[in-house]
Amino acid sequence: MSLPHLADPAGRYRAMRLIRSFEELALQWVRSGLIVGGTHPYIGQEAVAVGVCAALDPADRLTSTHRGHGHVLAKGADPGRLLAELAGRVDGLNAGRGGSMHAADFSLGILGANGIVGAGAPIAVGAAWASQRLGDPRVVASFFGDGALNQGVLLEAFNLASIWRAPVLFVCENNGYATTLPAGAAVGGSACGRAEAFGIPAETVDGMDVEAVRAAADRAVARARAGGGPSFLECLTYRFEAHHTMERRFRLSYRTAEEVASWRARDPLASARAALPEADTIDTEVTQLLAQAATFAQESAVPDPSSAEDFLYASGLKPRSGAAL
Amino acid sequence: MTLLSYAKAMNTALSDALAADPAVCVLGEDVGAGLAGLTLGLQQRFGAQRVVDTPLSEQAFTSAGVGAALAGMRPVIELQIPSLLFLVFEQLANQAHKLSLMTGGQARVPLTVVVPGSGSRSGWAGQHSDHPYSLFAHVGIKTLVPATPTDAYGLLSSAIRDDDPVVLFAPAGALGVREDVTAPLAPVPLGEARIHRRGSDVTVLAVGHLVHQALAVAEELADEVSVEVLDPRTLYPLDRAALAESLSRTGRLVVADDSNRFAGFAAEVLAITAEECRLLAPPRRVTRPDGAVLPFALGLDQALQPGADQLRDAVRAVLK
Repeated sequence: MSLPHLADPAGRYRAMRLIRSFEELALQWVRSGLIVGGTHPYIGQEAVAVGVCAALDPADRLTSTHRGHGHVLAKGADPGRLLAELAGRVDGLNAGRGGSMHAADFSLGILGANGIVGAGAPIAVGAAWASQRLGDPRVVASFFGDGALNQGVLLEAFNLASIWRAPVLFVCENNGYATTLPAGAAVGGSACGRAEAFGIPAETVDGMDVEAVRAAADRAVARARAGGGPSFLECLTYRFEAHHTMERRFRLSYRTAEEVASWRARDPLASARAALPEADTIDTEVTQLLAQAATFAQESAVPDPSSAEDFLYASGLKPRSGAAL
Repeated sequence: MTLLSYAKAMNTALSDALAADPAVCVLGEDVGAGLAGLTLGLQQRFGAQRVVDTPLSEQAFTSAGVGAALAGMRPVIELQIPSLLFLVFEQLANQAHKLSLMTGGQARVPLTVVVPGSGSRSGWAGQHSDHPYSLFAHVGIKTLVPATPTDAYGLLSSAIRDDDPVVLFAPAGALGVREDVTAPLAPVPLGEARIHRRGSDVTVLAVGHLVHQALAVAEELADEVSVEVLDPRTLYPLDRAALAESLSRTGRLVVADDSNRFAGFAAEVLAITAEECRLLAPPRRVTRPDGAVLPFALGLDQALQPGADQLRDAVRAVLK
């Protein structure tokens, strides 16, 4: 059974709309100070998260990136709890301990966003390997950006997944930039070539087209579930906003206005929406849902400072305080 | 009566854990052949799917261990040399250790890392002779350094059952230790120190293989001074109550710690003592030098390691 909320084009549009509107709200909350530390906006890349997750079952798992809100929402996380996490509230997905870059919901198989580029991929391979060993049919989708292609551990993860035939779908969200460094100046060879070198079937898809992503992800997930091992998907996409909300302060100019505009003209929501007569209704629903999410997050308490070390050890170890005796 | 070797003790602990719990697995280089001695015969008994020979990809298979732990397994990672811990510090410090807190308690990472032959093995030079337990204790990863075969069995057994990441250092200098074992082997709780020898004049807190050196020095000085030898066994979390209790009787402290002096484990023990205990004399440390890198030539290697002469001098110094 695939994720029911992504089962049809209307559901997939709704999820993309939710991610977009969530991110726009998060940007407002960063500006107003409700979210401290900022976020890495996913705006523009929605078709990748939704297209890939549409190929997953509820029990399947994923590992995410520092730009993870889209993946977390597409897998079905509650937007109110994600927003509460971004705002550092007790009802957040991680009880306010993770924030934007570590959002996780283990009950939905979301093993977490990750602040270290590429670090989720070998974790995904291990989780997939464990599923194999334990005889459960779960697959794992591992999202990462083009910047992660230059992390050695990612290539090690490709190799392990290949020799173990681990049920993993490696999803490279190639948005063209590793922060400010263009992929053309950073990636020797090709993204797919790197995966293929390890015997992993790879394909490049239009990451602005949710149905194209979904179709490719479906093939990869089917292969993984049939014991065919890992696949690699390069999704060509673009982030319409800055790498990080702090970027505005530095007045960086590493992309031309023309380049941004040309990608904005290919907005994945616009094309998905054009084919849907019920799009207006969906937009209204999403607006209402986010209003509820915002209220939920704002009404949630901030964590008690005396609980700052709660959860440090799963076994309940309570270490010494850092203060004077 | 059985004469139990340190390596056999760890081998038995792994074997018992694999037999008791299907979620336990072992990942590492050459574990099938049992090159480091810990896993001898385990692949034949439990299969290559549970005792897994990995490619030379320490970072990926350590992180795969984290992922497998998140998915319900209890992986044991074997790293053949301690310096490889520097390669996988990202995976252990940034991922394994932080996941429980960062996820608000959703993640459990029951991952054990074992490092046989930690410290100097004589002639292995700069990149094979580190003993970096202080780094892991500093980060807050549960850190174990058993000195004896029964403790090696007991602590490894407990580490595998623990719900948090644990790093266990098996010092090269202790691997040759054999022990007459009469009682059945049993788990040793993490965080409990052990007094190897009772004494009333000075506490020597010794780590790993230095416990044996401390016992030899204590015996040698028996006519002159009554030395208590305290082995923390678990460096983090440290059994501070046992340390305080010992010092309340002896009032004097020497720490024997085979890691670098500056910001090292011994420094923390002295800081705890200064904050929490009353001493009759300034405490002493016997350690490697600040920022030490062990040179290759045998005499140079040994010159940088905590030695019995230094320990003897330190014991006499705190008695003055």
